[in-house]
Amino acid sequence: MRNYLDFEKPIAELEGSIRELEATANGSSGVNIAEEVAKLRAKAEQQIKLIYSKLTPWQKTQVARHPDRPHFGEYVAGLVEDFTPLAGDRAFADDKAIIGGLGRFRGRSVMVIGQEKGRGTEGRVRHNFGMARPEGYRKAIRLMEMADRFGIPVITLVDTPGAYPGIDAEARGQAEAIARGIDCCLSLKVPFIACIVGEGGSGGAVAIAAADRVLMYEHAIYSVASPEACAAILWSSPDKTQEAAEALKVTSKDLERLGVIDTIVPEPLGGAHRAPEEAIRTLGDAIEAAMAPLFAMEAGQLREARRRRFLEMGRVIGA
Amino acid sequence: MNWLTNNVLPRIRALGRKKEVPDKLWEKCPSCGQMIFHRDLEEAQRVCPHCDHHMRIGPAQRFAAMFDNGDYSLIELPEVITDPLKFRDSKRYGDRLKDARSKSGDQDAMKVAHGLMGGNHVVIAVQNFGFMGGSMGLAVGEALIAASKLALAQEAPLIVFAASGGARMQEGILSLMQMPRTTIAVQRLREVGLPFIVILTDPTTGGVTASYAMLGDIQIAEPGALIGFAGPRVIEQTIREKLPEGFQRAEYLLEHGMLDMVVHRHELRASLLRLVDLLRNREAKRIVAAPAPEPVAAAEASAENGDKHG
Ligand SMILES: [Zn+2]
Repeated sequence: MRNYLDFEKPIAELEGSIRELEATANGSSGVNIAEEVAKLRAKAEQQIKLIYSKLTPWQKTQVARHPDRPHFGEYVAGLVEDFTPLAGDRAFADDKAIIGGLGRFRGRSVMVIGQEKGRGTEGRVRHNFGMARPEGYRKAIRLMEMADRFGIPVITLVDTPGAYPGIDAEARGQAEAIARGIDCCLSLKVPFIACIVGEGGSGGAVAIAAADRVLMYEHAIYSVASPEACAAILWSSPDKTQEAAEALKVTSKDLERLGVIDTIVPEPLGGAHRAPEEAIRTLGDAIEAAMAPLFAMEAGQLREARRRRFLEMGRVIGA
Repeated sequence: MNWLTNNVLPRIRALGRKKEVPDKLWEKCPSCGQMIFHRDLEEAQRVCPHCDHHMRIGPAQRFAAMFDNGDYSLIELPEVITDPLKFRDSKRYGDRLKDARSKSGDQDAMKVAHGLMGGNHVVIAVQNFGFMGGSMGLAVGEALIAASKLALAQEAPLIVFAASGGARMQEGILSLMQMPRTTIAVQRLREVGLPFIVILTDPTTGGVTASYAMLGDIQIAEPGALIGFAGPRVIEQTIREKLPEGFQRAEYLLEHGMLDMVVHRHELRASLLRLVDLLRNREAKRIVAAPAPEPVAAAEASAENGDKHG
């Protein structure tokens, strides 16, 4: 059963009719419904095109959080061979909100790190909904530093509502862990690609995303605060979430214009969750294309160029 | 017109100023509730003489208290794009900014100065919580980058007084990007061996704590200061539990290994002088430096302070 978002209702209705028709056709032979189904399919596709061509920022937020959207595990399964997860921060625990490990991406050794939101109630709890604690960021730092020592490029997949706001996380230095994460990102001498694949939530996202190139899926979001938090703080009202999403400029198009991301990775019609395999392949191609020119750069030069890109950010903004 | 601007307007302004004085003659301590004579409070750098509560202070008072003889030079900070997102909630961000500027006379929430401290050249950046909650947007980011550049040019240590509710939400993703940008400013100092000292003051939270404010070679906090990543209200809402006593206070962070020391405001200058001398491997300048307090005693004293109003 497909999960539909509230604004996908017209699509849900058409696809419901298609399923019903197909079911009746299976039962009673002799009825030729192929033509009718094809008509409905075309209509549904029209609807998807229509709806997805003008998603509002709040609708994009919902797509970015779609329960069927690919997660870290699926990206790795689709893109990385010999993936070997590496656990623990060597100080306190293994945080399953951030997964990382070595593997081979299109023939080359890479370190892949990212948040995993988990699936199903149990999975979501195990991965803490992709909200990392300090030990998660410290694991990411450990793996990035290891990659740096071995000259292995780093790929991060960002998908988090934000760093976990809890007593234990604060007690163990959530702020320090994020700060060191950013520090580490900007210290690497190996090529480093960050991909905002779902939700890029605040400091918890940027802690593993200060990269040479930042790619972003068409319908992903990347923001200083969730629209809900922003509405609560600036509007003092949770009903202003749509306005907040609008005002915060969280979409890939906005962020490209603001010079914060480099590449928008197109999603299949109707979002990555409709055709995950195709979406994952497209992302892989985009990562490969973004990484290729980085190998030509000398290590020190690569790091300095990364820092300069961030320093220039926001100084001039395109129209 | 000349006569008007030269004679009448200053007098009107003076009148306006005089009117403010009586209201401020006495101030109530927000912690113990005692009334304090305004001048005594200012002389005590806004530390309550009754309960030692450290009230918030702005850049001018910090600079005056830190630099030798209160002598310092402010640097001009780079101009930044105003309201890059054309953000509007119940009010235009552009208007909020204008209000904050005219109320404070400052451009934004961080000021940078250089001068002598114990005879050593230092650069000091002070974040002003009074200016839109000390929030970090393009302007604060550029200010810290400028401070780091100045420290590099002068081969001077950089001392930062942090005070912030976090990112300037009205600048959206660009405020988030100040986290990597300010981190680079810190890396530049580290890579040439210049000291970077952070003093966390009340309150320091959000993206500021999660970037330059936690990357100091030395991490100091003022007694009782609220310091954390997530704000206490957000945490309470998430876990639906009451927070423990003293949670996210300076003394709590010291206990959890996040700070080197908690230092009373009256001892800050002496501590900084000593640290800069030690880090730069210089002989102590005994003439200007106050005697060093016993480190253990200092930690205990601040822990006691924390108990009083934690
Ligand atoms: Zn008091």
